[in-house]
Amino acid sequence: MDNLYNYILTIADNCLILGQRLGELCGHGPSLETDIAVTNISLDLIGQTRSYYQYAAEIEGKGRTEDDIAFLRLEKEYKNCLLVEQPNEHFGYVIGRQYLWDTYHYLFLSELQGSADEILAAIAKKAIKEVSYHKRFSGDWVKRLGDGTNESRGKMQEAICDLWPYVDELFDMTGVGTDLIENRVAVDLSALKEAYYEQVFELLSEATLDVPERKYFIYGGKKGVHSEHLGYLLTDLQYMQRAYPNMEW
Amino acid sequence: MSENEVKNLEDIFEARIARDEKIEPKDWMPEKYRKTHIRQISQHAHSEIVGMLPEGNWITRAPSLRRKAALLAKVQDEAGHGLYLYSACETLGISREELYDQLHTGKAKYSSIFNYPTLTWADMGAIGWLVDGAAIINQVPLCNTSYGPYARAMVRVCKEESFHQRQGFESLLKLCKGTPAQKEMAQDALNRWWWPSLMMFGPTDDESTHTEQSMKWKLKRKTNDELRQQFVDQTVPQAEILGINIPDPDLKWNAERKHYDFGEINWDEFWQVVKGHGPCNKKRIKDRVGAWERGAWVRDAALAYSDKKELGEQTESKIAS
Repeated sequence: MDNLYNYILTIADNCLILGQRLGELCGHGPSLETDIAVTNISLDLIGQTRSYYQYAAEIEGKGRTEDDIAFLRLEKEYKNCLLVEQPNEHFGYVIGRQYLWDTYHYLFLSELQGSADEILAAIAKKAIKEVSYHKRFSGDWVKRLGDGTNESRGKMQEAICDLWPYVDELFDMTGVGTDLIENRVAVDLSALKEAYYEQVFELLSEATLDVPERKYFIYGGKKGVHSEHLGYLLTDLQYMQRAYPNMEW
Repeated sequence: MSENEVKNLEDIFEARIARDEKIEPKDWMPEKYRKTHIRQISQHAHSEIVGMLPEGNWITRAPSLRRKAALLAKVQDEAGHGLYLYSACETLGISREELYDQLHTGKAKYSSIFNYPTLTWADMGAIGWLVDGAAIINQVPLCNTSYGPYARAMVRVCKEESFHQRQGFESLLKLCKGTPAQKEMAQDALNRWWWPSLMMFGPTDDESTHTEQSMKWKLKRKTNDELRQQFVDQTVPQAEILGINIPDPDLKWNAERKHYDFGEINWDEFWQVVKGHGPCNKKRIKDRVGAWERGAWVRDAALAYSDKKELGEQTESKIAS
């Protein structure tokens, strides 16, 4: 059961951290329409997080709640990948991070729908409908920014290059017990890799963007070794629960 | 058009409104009607957009996942209200860019309440309960206003606002039934938001400049003071349910009037904030202008991209023919 609990966190923490990052942007987007879309994606991700954590709390069986899991862990106990915690430097980064994540997320959920664990399969079935919209939104914007003006192409390319080192960690199997793979509960991430790179290369090329150098990648988030950005994100996230412990809201 | 002809059109126009007919974008309307509606609808749209900022301020710090999701949904609703109010306004022959420009340069106003800071989590509940509560009282009559696009937008806005109001109250109720620290947080929020909420109904009737004309066009059905009284009467019993005290020593039930009497509003503060010198006026506009300027390259890119696609399609269809 420990393995399953940990496995759920490796999925859900990504949704929580990215949902939180996007929540920072509310009211500050480049247009009202993008503001609404980004808030909506954040809301979807927080909703998915809740479904996963509620299930995790249940199988842990220690009487903890979704909020205990979301708010009361140490930084190294969060198992999200480094990509999703990267900051909102400018809208190109927001879109780049989103597209690189959504493409993975969609492939991942497509497989998780067939999980032998019925609850995970059900969460995936619901989430994939939302994520197919996220992917369309972020992919369309990569194309607009890449193939828009010279300035926007430069900014989009900058974001893709800066975020690229974090991409390969998506397929790292840390936190996925071999028993879960054997029992067909967990998704074999290495099997998603080829389709992922194929789709991303195709879209980047359509967006007139260069595919960055693939040689050097950075890993760590899934082991709890994060970038310097996560601590600040958690400071905001956890503020109320830390300042007013053991209360209901 | 001769003066007589205009007079004639105006008479027909006023008669239509008196018969409760809706005025639609392509109908003839007096210039003053058009300008007044642009002013009011855009002011309303700007309030929705600026109002996203004080609430957005707590999204990353919401105390539970459920509350975070609810706050995200609420702020998203407000952006949606802004969107269809701007669209309603655009039907009167003004562009979104002009409207934003009026907001950014301070030419257009927005609800002064959003020039107060949101300092604690309880402020999210207080805004829902008091600010959305006051907004509903102001806005419900507008569902029957004479300008069709505005009236239809308001039907939807009011439905969602009434949900927000209940949600805000429920969130404060949770605090008031919680620990002493939570209850104190709720009381502190009421202390800070009560008077600014009363100010949302505008100056007293003898100071209000637009009332008579607005009544005729059904932009207003009751006076500022009547609406303010309705708000106080409705809200006092709700504060009793919460078990927190309204910060007004003069507040008491008047059996003769069958209304609550309440203390004098600090009109100096009201005018100070309206004139741009409240605690957050500068920050709110700076945030809006900043978002707009930082987003310029994104909007330019979207435009350039859609031009390219259109050109591509034209070339393709030429080759095909």
